[in-house]
Amino acid sequence: MRQPDIARQTEKSAEEPYLSVHDLVVKFPSEDGVVNAVEGVSFSVARGKTLAVVGESGSGKSVTALAIMGLINRKSATVKGEVWLDGQELVDSNDNQVRKLRGSKMAMIFQDPMSSLHPFYRVGAQLGEAARVHRKISKAAARAEAIEMLSRVGIPAPKRRVDDYPHQLSGGMRQRVMIAMALINSPALLIADEPTTALDVTVQAQILDLIAKLQSEFNTAVILITHDLGIVADVADDVAVMYAGRVVESAPTSKLYGNPEMPYTLGLLSSIPRMDRERTDRLDPIPGNPPSPLRHPSGCVFHPRCKYKEMVPNNACAEVRPDLLEAEPAHFVRCHLPVETRKKIASEALNVSGGGATLGGTVSAAAAAAAAAASVQ
Amino acid sequence: MAAYIVRRVLLALMLLAVLSVAVFVLFNMLPGDPARLTCGKACTPDLIAANRHRLGYDQPVLTQYTNFVSGIFVGRVFSADSPKPIQCNAPCLGYSFNQHEQVMTLITRAAPVTFWLAIGAFILWIFIGVTVGIFAALRRGRWQDRIIMGVSLAGYSLPSFFFGLLLVFFVIIKWKWLPFPSYVSPFVDPVKFLQTMILPWIVLAILYAAFYMRLTRNQVLEVLNDDYVRTARAKGLPERTVVVKHALRAGLTPIVTAAGLDLAGLLGGAIISEDIFSLPGLGALSVDSITNSDLPLITGITLLTAALIIFANLVVDLLYAVVDPRVRLA
Repeated sequence: MRQPDIARQTEKSAEEPYLSVHDLVVKFPSEDGVVNAVEGVSFSVARGKTLAVVGESGSGKSVTALAIMGLINRKSATVKGEVWLDGQELVDSNDNQVRKLRGSKMAMIFQDPMSSLHPFYRVGAQLGEAARVHRKISKAAARAEAIEMLSRVGIPAPKRRVDDYPHQLSGGMRQRVMIAMALINSPALLIADEPTTALDVTVQAQILDLIAKLQSEFNTAVILITHDLGIVADVADDVAVMYAGRVVESAPTSKLYGNPEMPYTLGLLSSIPRMDRERTDRLDPIPGNPPSPLRHPSGCVFHPRCKYKEMVPNNACAEVRPDLLEAEPAHFVRCHLPVETRKKIASEALNVSGGGATLGGTVSAAAAAAAAAASVQ
Repeated sequence: MAAYIVRRVLLALMLLAVLSVAVFVLFNMLPGDPARLTCGKACTPDLIAANRHRLGYDQPVLTQYTNFVSGIFVGRVFSADSPKPIQCNAPCLGYSFNQHEQVMTLITRAAPVTFWLAIGAFILWIFIGVTVGIFAALRRGRWQDRIIMGVSLAGYSLPSFFFGLLLVFFVIIKWKWLPFPSYVSPFVDPVKFLQTMILPWIVLAILYAAFYMRLTRNQVLEVLNDDYVRTARAKGLPERTVVVKHALRAGLTPIVTAAGLDLAGLLGGAIISEDIFSLPGLGALSVDSITNSDLPLITGITLLTAALIIFANLVVDLLYAVVDPRVRLA
């Protein structure tokens, strides 16, 4: 039986996905054994759309992104599967072909803008360099483009700032510079790996707005990697939830928030503080810790932490690896529980206060609460 | 930037002044009477008293110090009231009553030897240490890296006199590939100069190169994992540009510091190498001055070495500010 393939599904629809990832596997040999960072990830993104990849630390989100970009050192790691970018397969392409796509067709911004810019070179030089690797333009033209991009990402006085060194800019400014650098060649795919994690809450919103604005300008496909479900609800079209190197659930954002089916997704959503719940309720964390990538559990990788595994007969959760199956159109779930049971569990868990919160209410309340919680810290 | 330079230079000058006091006081506090050392077996109480007066050791310490300092700037005259006064022109670092020559003359005679020794070894060790270190970093964990690191550990652990003596024994005495070392200026006889210097260069360079290989390798490895190197790759830069322009630029700056200070230290004299290869440099001169309790000479060499290191520190700091824009703010 072949595992259903999200990418193929989306291909049938009107939009041709710009990026599709099939069965991506990344393994790092280490002294303690093989680290199975990514084990069979599949998803796709179309131009102009945003896919959020959500998961805990160590779930394989960043490694997936680096593998797409060809930034995994193939000498010290194994990468298998297929990555199709605009009709070209990248995993089997040679390093130089992939390098030429990096920064031109696909670009990436990183978590920590404080350390992601070179401390010794002026901002303008770093931006210009990004343009000149891929296009034959003069230094003066590259500088003019750098100034133009700085102004587009909302940096005041770009003509002056272009000659600044990174240490002269604030964190938010530096992330803007990183975004400018990523977009200077108008790539059709932008991967943002936790772009706001290192920033203040107020700046986070600005950066996300900026990415959304530029996305509509450039018609870019965006992969937003994050662990912040509050962010996802606001900006993503689709969500893929990752756990232990796999996609465990993926769906359009509204569907995932309104009707999560995988107990892990449910756990993530229940652990967000919500405005429409009694304040006396304690947050409901997922018990236990994510598994070590050195030894993933047998059966369903989530079963040691799953409250509902007893509901599946024959101890299947501990013994049989579930496939990512299409529960409803465009909604894929990796879980042994019968669909009806999953729906029942989810509606009970999300409506404890009996308020029957609508999707919009839940989502924005969750986002607001998350932001409020973060700003207190 | 200008303010930074001025501040650093002033600081260096102050440090030098403090240091000269310290050295002067330290050597004048030493037990033993310098005047007693001037005449050896021929000493009589009258002669000692006369020499003490001639050399100014009968003056209070403070006066001695001011005489010493003013000697550096305007020169001074020893035994001015005797029939044979000794004129010591600026910069006068004193008069060696042991060698009957001015300290400055002795130092200027020995300094070129040490200079050539240090510069030759420096070029050799920087070239070998840095290139091999980078190579090892780029081949991390593979057999090339392991061999290089093993060899460098051996090179670093072997005492330089052991390796130097081995070379002298085999290359010069047993196989007779090179004549016995005897220093000549490169401007007089370049071939003989090279024949003399090549072994000491190798001995010194091996010791330092071993250390610089490890230093460079670690630096480069650390920098290759830095976020901005990943950014450079994400831009699509060719690997060569990533390594040379982004990684090495940042990774090699700390090596500038180490190299500057090591070179300065070596310019003050390489005692063991100079001794093994009978090079009449500052190292050999220091050893002589100490065995002879030649106080003025010891003071002169100590001050000169200290000044060199302070100067090197200054140069390194200024270079660092040129290389790393973040330093200019500090």
